[in-house]
Amino acid sequence: MNNVYLPFPSQVKEIIRHTDIEYTFRMSFSGQVRPGQFFEVSIPKFGEAPISVSGIGPGMVDLTIRRVGTVTNQIFEHYKGNTLLMRGPYGNGFRTEDYIGKEIFVIAGGTGLSPVKGVVDYFSGHPEKVRGMTLIAGFKSPSDILFREDFSRWEKNMTVIQTVDSAPEGYQGPVGLVTKYIPQLSVSDKGQSAFLIVGPPVMMKSAAAEVLKLDVPEKNIWISQERKMCCGLGKCGHCRINSTYICLDGPVFNYAKGKYLVD
Amino acid sequence: MGYKIPREAADNLFKGLGKHYEIFAPKVFSGEGCFSDTGIIRYGTVRTLAEIEFEKKSDYSFKEALLPINETCLYFTENTSSVPAGEEKKRLIFLRSCDLHALRRLDAIYLENGPEDFYYKRRRERTLFVLMGCPETCDTGFCVSMGTAQTDAYDLYLKVSDTFVWADCKSKELSPFFKGFLEECEPETAKSVSLQVEPEFPKSNKESVTLPVSFSDDILSHPIWEAYGNRCIGCGRCNFVCPTCTCFTMQDIHYRDNEKAGERRRVWASCQVDGYTDIAGGNSFRKSQGDRLRFKALHKIRDFEKRFDYPMCVGCGRCEAVCPEYISYINIINTLAKEGI
Repeated sequence: MNNVYLPFPSQVKEIIRHTDIEYTFRMSFSGQVRPGQFFEVSIPKFGEAPISVSGIGPGMVDLTIRRVGTVTNQIFEHYKGNTLLMRGPYGNGFRTEDYIGKEIFVIAGGTGLSPVKGVVDYFSGHPEKVRGMTLIAGFKSPSDILFREDFSRWEKNMTVIQTVDSAPEGYQGPVGLVTKYIPQLSVSDKGQSAFLIVGPPVMMKSAAAEVLKLDVPEKNIWISQERKMCCGLGKCGHCRINSTYICLDGPVFNYAKGKYLVD
Repeated sequence: MGYKIPREAADNLFKGLGKHYEIFAPKVFSGEGCFSDTGIIRYGTVRTLAEIEFEKKSDYSFKEALLPINETCLYFTENTSSVPAGEEKKRLIFLRSCDLHALRRLDAIYLENGPEDFYYKRRRERTLFVLMGCPETCDTGFCVSMGTAQTDAYDLYLKVSDTFVWADCKSKELSPFFKGFLEECEPETAKSVSLQVEPEFPKSNKESVTLPVSFSDDILSHPIWEAYGNRCIGCGRCNFVCPTCTCFTMQDIHYRDNEKAGERRRVWASCQVDGYTDIAGGNSFRKSQGDRLRFKALHKIRDFEKRFDYPMCVGCGRCEAVCPEYISYINIINTLAKEGI
């Protein structure tokens, strides 16, 4: 009998430091995986934490981890052992094939960029597969900005608005919430657009409201929900909203369904 | 196959079962109740029929016999981990009709919702269920309203009196125990012990509910959530006594006397208790007790059904009886139904 709770060891191939508390762990993994899916990463005797896939490459997945809890603290302390335990991937993830031929707008808040980053990476590498691509990424302050190297790569073949909620005086870049930049977006064909919104619940709600004001049909909006996922297998119950299990049915939802996910 | 067995012979037969099975049944634990000098009825292992509480409904459900409150999933030593061996003995669990219907709900979550659960399945496959009848309704149950008052999904039905035990054995695995007993009887007696035995089910309850026919979006802001929410102390007892609540939290520990060794466990969790929805970074959802009450009540009568086509609640009435704040789940359902939400 298959025991779905058994983790497998995965080698830490590389560490990319974004901020003092946010690192990307490049892990060995060679199975099928989609952007926006997640793994339960664990340190024995400390616990498991659900971490989204922030990048996919041959034989590897990126997991961007913020040091905010018991498990993630231990991951930062002990990754030098070179392997972490993982199980997954779980959840549906983003289906890049749904966005082919469309004009894509990615709106991300903070670490919300992680689950959708694989989509940005994919179309950055295949710009011919989309009509156009725009990324609006918001961070709390300039020191919270993640994926700096990726941004300089993305800027070459897509429109990038990297904004911060607030900044010290003299800061050169855009300042303000991501929602500030939505009204000024020009969408060439609203029927052929795809809006991917990922971030804290309040941010997703207000960003979706702004996008709908542009007359974009709600079926062209996707969101990704973050919930406590103890098992990732539809058993523990923590991630359930009404009749939906975020770990099985999500975390990515088309907004036509996603808007009904009210706690 | 039905039998009417003299009590002494039945007691011996039961002892025989005990050699092959770990038997879980509701027992009275004197002095362990919430108030001084009160007892509590919950599940424990038994060796004799006399230990089993046949009359009163158990305060806690049978689920802990199948889903331990605290279950080790992995043992960790320095660099290795191992899965605990399963129990050696098979299990017999005594329960009532409502609880047997609840078993179907546990199966839905643990075997059908996503991949099969290893720990649940291996125990479930080695468990048989013994139905206890309900000649009289309990005080708070509403199984008749929920359609869970009757069942034929048992392996064995038992009814006891001081002089006889009536049994209906449906399980091939258990029938040799009864056949063995018959073979030891005089041929004349053997004739008189074989007969049709029908389980006793309640025909009506003291409590009844009407499930709402449909639910509007207004249900989120119904005043009943706030009214009861203000009273709720978030103790989670309603979840822990419920035979259909299945939530757990994964928890790692290390041993105090050896930090290099430890366990990964899963522990019962409650959607009414703080921390249930906490995510890394400090966010949480459903912060008020009213929201949590709504979340639970609607799962029992609406949301589970959307996924599995039958309501989750089996009407055992244990949550109604256990609430220290007298929050009436029955009243919640009936209020929502009456107002046509």
